Amino acid sequence: MTAFWILAPVMVLAALGILFVRKAVHAALLLAVVMISLAVLYAALDAPFLFAVQIIVYTGAILMLFLFVLMLVGVDASDSVVETIRGQRVLAVAGGLVLGVLLVLGLSQLTLGTVVGLDEANSGGNIEALANILFSRYVFAFETTSALLITAAVGAMVLAHRERLTPKAGQAERAAQRVRDFSEKGTHLGPLPSPGVYARHNAVDTPALLPDGTPAPDSVSRVLSSRGTVRSAPALADDIEQVRRSIDGVPGGASGEQATATGHNTEQHSLEEEGR
Amino acid sequence: MDTTPYVVLSAILFTIGTVGVLTRRNAIVVFMCVELMLNACNLALVAFARQHGNLDGQIAAFFVMVVAAAEVVVGLAIIMTIFRTRRSASVDDASLLKY
Repeated sequence: MTAFWILAPVMVLAALGILFVRKAVHAALLLAVVMISLAVLYAALDAPFLFAVQIIVYTGAILMLFLFVLMLVGVDASDSVVETIRGQRVLAVAGGLVLGVLLVLGLSQLTLGTVVGLDEANSGGNIEALANILFSRYVFAFETTSALLITAAVGAMVLAHRERLTPKAGQAERAAQRVRDFSEKGTHLGPLPSPGVYARHNAVDTPALLPDGTPAPDSVSRVLSSRGTVRSAPALADDIEQVRRSIDGVPGGASGEQATATGHNTEQHSLEEEGR
Repeated sequence: MDTTPYVVLSAILFTIGTVGVLTRRNAIVVFMCVELMLNACNLALVAFARQHGNLDGQIAAFFVMVVAAAEVVVGLAIIMTIFRTRRSASVDDASLLKY
């Protein structure tokens, strides 16, 4: 009983959190809280098998699948706040409140009688008793489940499979393309510069510095720069200026400090972006 | 102990899940709310299994879990397919079937 009164508020709060958090990853983590608390409640309700299955299947497999898809879908996954149907959100919340109040009032007026308890049914072990029922009375449903699972697996494969419309470019084609680009547009033939060379950090979000101190934009990934999570070039240029000034003996830290701060800000922003 | 608190908690979770399905716009979060509703039903099933002293409720909860797993696999594959063509996981963007 103690477990219930501790876990019930936690579960309700976490479930409400799913409604209000903006980022889908946070919603998934809150759902994990609800599911693990449910598993503990199953254990308290004399269902040790379901306790294990809840943790392994729900928290372990289904929620991880959710997180996988979230990571694949990526930063776009934030919720839009625009209402497509006017008043829909208000109506939904009002309807939900009505449903909740109705259910809770109705259930609290119910008298269920004394609890029989599962001590007798579980006397030979919960898993053995479940297996007895599952493979006798529910054996047809159990067999049908296998068909369902196979259909789901095939369906997922069909949906996730992408037909390749153009032949895949191999190493020879890409090399030829590179030489063609060089002859037509004058693009550099060799590999791109690696990030962080001669800069203060060797992280992938730090552009390499050219001999004249300017950052090389080619050296950071296109994805990072389009997300805006690259340590900004002015910050680095300012760092160089600061070093130069200190060599010259002129104390000028303020602008450099500020630039480093903005650099860190962009980094924090990038973490938030990835969280979505 | 009494079964009623468990069933009331299950009803509250189910309601929260319903409101989530109706209000959230991100398809994946909508899916999570459906999972929350299924979980709430499972809690009621397990609580009633203990109330009545037989294991049929637990078997039903087990089947709900199996069906939920299959549903999540297919649903997330559909979301991935829609995301691949539309670059968006919002439920509002996939409205072409209306017309």
